Formats: sequence, C-alpha cells, structure tokens
Amino acid sequence: MALRTEPFVLNIGPQHPSSHGLFRLEVTLDGEVVTGLELVLGYLHRGIEKLAEGRTYIQNIPLTDRLDYLASMTNNFAYVLAVEKLAGIEVPERTEYLRVIMAELMRISSHLSFIGFLLNELGAYFTPLFYMFREREKILDLFEMVCGQRLTYNYMRIGGVSQDIPEEFLPAVKRFVAEMPRLVDEYEQLLSGNEILLARTKGVGILPRDKAINASASGPVLRASGVKWDIRKVDPYSVYDRFDFEVPVGSVGDVYDRYWVRVSEMRQSVRILEQALKQLPKGEVWTKVPGLLRPLRGEVYGHIEGPKGELGFYLVSDNSIAPYRFHIRPPALLNLTALKDMVVGWKLADAIVIFGSLDTVLGEVDR
Amino acid sequence: MTVTLKGEEVAKKIAHSFPMAIITANQTAIIVTPDSLYQVARFLKATPEFDFDYLTNLTAVDYLDYFEVVYHLTSLKHNHSLVLKTRCYDREKPSVPSVVSLWQGADLQEREVYDLMGITFSGHPNLKRLFLWEGFPGHPLRRDYL
Repeated sequence: MALRTEPFVLNIGPQHPSSHGLFRLEVTLDGEVVTGLELVLGYLHRGIEKLAEGRTYIQNIPLTDRLDYLASMTNNFAYVLAVEKLAGIEVPERTEYLRVIMAELMRISSHLSFIGFLLNELGAYFTPLFYMFREREKILDLFEMVCGQRLTYNYMRIGGVSQDIPEEFLPAVKRFVAEMPRLVDEYEQLLSGNEILLARTKGVGILPRDKAINASASGPVLRASGVKWDIRKVDPYSVYDRFDFEVPVGSVGDVYDRYWVRVSEMRQSVRILEQALKQLPKGEVWTKVPGLLRPLRGEVYGHIEGPKGELGFYLVSDNSIAPYRFHIRPPALLNLTALKDMVVGWKLADAIVIFGSLDTVLGEVDR
Repeated sequence: MTVTLKGEEVAKKIAHSFPMAIITANQTAIIVTPDSLYQVARFLKATPEFDFDYLTNLTAVDYLDYFEVVYHLTSLKHNHSLVLKTRCYDREKPSVPSVVSLWQGADLQEREVYDLMGITFSGHPNLKRLFLWEGFPGHPLRRDYL
C-alpha cells in the first residue's frame, strides 16, 4: 500500500548550486516524489529588450553578450545576422568562415560546461567538471587571442568582425581541433558507459516527441526527443551549407539522450571546424557599414542554432538609428515550458538532474 | 531552406473559411482580428496543407495606435513558416485569446507579453507576471512607459 503524506512545498533557490544563476523552483512534494512545480523567474531580469530600444544597432551588440553568458559568441552571431538581414548587408567570405569557427568553438565550450555541471548534479562533484573545464579553458584562450575577452566577447560587428585573427590563432586552433576527438573519446570512456550515470539518467525525465514539438522545445532538447531539426541544416545561414556534418538524434528523449546528443554534437562541431579551417579564404573581414545604421522601415526574424537551441531575434525598424522593437527568442526559457511535465512523478533528486539536462542559463531566460 | 509563406497567398486560401477574419495581408504577414485569432490558428495547425505544429516565437509590439501580437509559426513537416499577427486597439484593456491549448510553447511567452506589455490572454491557464513582481506599476515594454 502506497503511503501518502501531506503535500509539502519546498523552495529550491534563488541561491542554490543547481540553479545556474538566480531563480526559484517551487516544488510540491509528496514524501520525496514531486507532484507539482512552479517556476519563479525574474531575479536576473535587466530589461535588455527595453534598453535596446534606446541604443543604436551597434551599441546593442554588447547587450547580447549578456544573454547566455556561456555562449556569448553565438549571441553576437544571431544578432548581427538579424540586423544584416534587416538592412540587406553582405559580408566578406572570410568573415563568414571566422564566424562559423567562433560559433562552433563556442558550441563545444557550452556543451562542455553542460556535461560538467550535469555530472555535478548527479553527485560526481567537480572531478568531471574539471576535465571539461580543462578543454573549455583552451577555447577561452583562443577567444582571448582573437578579441582580448574571455566571457563577453563583443567580437562580431554588423558587416563583419571587430578584427582579423592574429598570427598565432590558426596554429593553436588546429592543435585544438586535432586533439579534441581523442578527448571526447576520453570523456565517453569515463562517463557514457558509467553504471551510476546510466542508472540515474536512462529513462528519467522523458519528453516524448509530440510533447517536445508542442512545447516549442528546441536545440539538443528537441533532437534528443527524436526530432531531426537543426537550423544549420533546415534553414542554413552563413556558410553552413558548405560543410558536411550530421545531426545526432536521440531515440527516447530522456536525460541520457540529452547528454548523448550533446556529446555527439561536439564531434560534429569538430568536423565542421576541420572543414572551415581548410576552406578559410584570405581577404577583408569587414564591409563598410555606416556607424549610425538606419535600416529601412520593416521587420525581420533571424534565427540560428545556438548551443541551447533556436536563438532568434525579432527586430522592427522605423528607419531611425535605434530598433523600434528588439525581441529575443530565448531557447532556454522555452525549453523550461515542459519542465513541469517532465519532473512530476520523479523524486526530488531526479528533478534536479532533469532540470540540469535542459542546460538552462538564467541570463538568457530573464534577459 | 525554410520557405517563408507569403501572407497574401495564405490569406486567399483561408478567405473562404474565415471571410470576416482577415484585416489585411501583405508579403510578410497575415493580420487577423483578435476575435477570430484562435479559430484561424487552429485551422492553420489542423489543415494538412499548412500543418503548423511548432510555435517558434510569440511576441508583441506597441505601435501606440494599437498593439500587434506576432506569432511565428513553423511546420516541421513541410519546413515552411508563416507570420500571423493580430491587432488590439484598446489601450486600457487589450485582450487576445490564448493559444496555449493549441501550442503549449505559448505558455511562458504569453505570460511574458502580459507582464511586460500588459496584454491579457483570455483562456490562459495561469496568467501571472513572469519576470516582475505582482504589484509592479505599469508594463515596461510599452512605448509610453518611461
């Protein structure tokens, strides 16, 4: 006979090691089993959308760095692509390749921190995380070479990138790309077959295919549920149509699949990097764009495949120097939509892991 | 490539089902009245020709004369997309029917629009402010909020 207890409401956060920023989960518990969940957001709300309406198009680039701060490069990328689409600006070929190289390095770095923190939440405190951060460090060093920053890069510009890569960048990134496949093998050896990891993640927090689509999940979360949907493939932007890579797809949509999809994506990113480095042309990195850009009246929705999912920018221009409306489609927020359905019925310790498997960064959720 | 459907062409195809619904349609979008929004959205989701099973993005823009609520719809099967819009002219109590029962993905986004733009989504199961606290004066993303 199942024993029932009084419902118990537990606040996880706002300060909690598993919350990746500031936010609160109001969990209703029956004993140890989760029966209800309420998200309390807004602790990191800075009003970026409102701020952006008072700044010029170029001044808004640093704001995008502060969305998903583990993937600033891709945020820059999505925003400048949207503005270029709005204003009809073409960029030099070398720039396209540099952007792709930066975006894929960023994807690897973001997935590395995801895996590290997920293992933290599973109770493997900090040892896996430091393995992951060993490689993330190398990527941050590469970014530092390129733009002098390690977290908020502000590297991409409307019409190009802020500066060409220095001499020492190419040998360093080639070294990294050459050794990365072996390191991913090493992680897989340590983690993917690990009995504790399998027991805690296989079949846990299943998000069925239809539910994932209906709840507007995107990125690795959607693909883990078995939907082959990658913006780089279905709506290629920049020069992604020139590269040969696969889209890893999960089968069940459990925590393990979300972990596995990301590991496999790192391998694919390495493949893209290899090809991009081989094809990288010489030339200019910037087209002349007026400092005070005034796009014609109109609106645009530009989207890219960020590490967390579909990152979109919806911009409305009224032919002035600042956007009339600046809306961000945050993948991390939309991936949280189905969280309640995923965690109800699981134990509290599993709920933390399920939440961790969504790879939420609160800077992007709250904006 | 994702094909962006032209608003005008979609408007022609749905005009016989919803003669009174369409305010206007242009190259980029189709704009319908708030009263018929839910029916049009349901039609676009259920009709196999369109099959809009994925709500990519939901947001609102304040044009001072009216609010425009913007829905970016995508069909994963056909790989095409459409921009559906609706307009509310009432600044005091703007209201649009909720589409959460069609797409669960609208849940948090409608709450965000309600919070920052002050548009009510009738039929939303849990319409509370998403980022700001209860009792916060005004709605910051409105153009007349200073």
